[in-house]
Amino acid sequence: MAKVLLFGRFADVAGWREKTIEAATLADLRTALSADPHLAEALAGPSVQVAVDKALVRADIALTAASEVAFLPPMSGG
Amino acid sequence: MSVTLQSAPFDPGQLLSRFSVGRDETGAIASFTGLARAERGQTTALELEAYEGFTDAEIAKAVNAAIHRFGLQDAVVVHRIGAIAPGEAIVFVATAAPHRRAAFEACDHLMDWLKSRAPFWKKEHGPDGARWIEPTDRDRTDAGRWDTPFDTPASQAAQDDDK
Repeated sequence: MAKVLLFGRFADVAGWREKTIEAATLADLRTALSADPHLAEALAGPSVQVAVDKALVRADIALTAASEVAFLPPMSGG
Repeated sequence: MSVTLQSAPFDPGQLLSRFSVGRDETGAIASFTGLARAERGQTTALELEAYEGFTDAEIAKAVNAAIHRFGLQDAVVVHRIGAIAPGEAIVFVATAAPHRRAAFEACDHLMDWLKSRAPFWKKEHGPDGARWIEPTDRDRTDAGRWDTPFDTPASQAAQDDDK
């Protein structure tokens, strides 16, 4: 279970910005999100970053009900 | 040091006045104000999205690094989020140092970082619709000016040894 946040064009692609999704790990969460092929394709793009509880992560990680997972498109700068 | 993300417009003159008060050991304050461009009518509004609690923390890290690197006494960043109309200020940066070179360079450096590496997502609204935009090659090149030799751990250590 995790609170999932989508930023930038990811939210436009998915049609939602915030959702609670059942997943024990980040890998499970990615699998659940890939039910939407457009979102799966967007998340697989270059320079996409993932933050768990506001810290960038590269490897798989266990999630709890309190976890906040953010999918960040390439950052555009201010 | 302070970093503020806000949706309300701000007055850069007022921010600069407030930042300048009570600095009897500061010889130099440099500031920069970035405004939203209309691009000859092609941009009717900018929409800037941030991840609150993450974006501000990343900017604070960059500001603290700049304070250390340039020997600043203080620095402030105010950045708009949400919808921004052409002509409105998007970003304000001010740096305080004993002498002008550090203040100028730190301000320039922070702006290059903010324009290319700060975690914002920017959408441009125009007569033909809206599109997400990414940093230009120029923004990346500008930011890259500051990458050597300071940002590599080995040269950082060598630089520290020289002190």
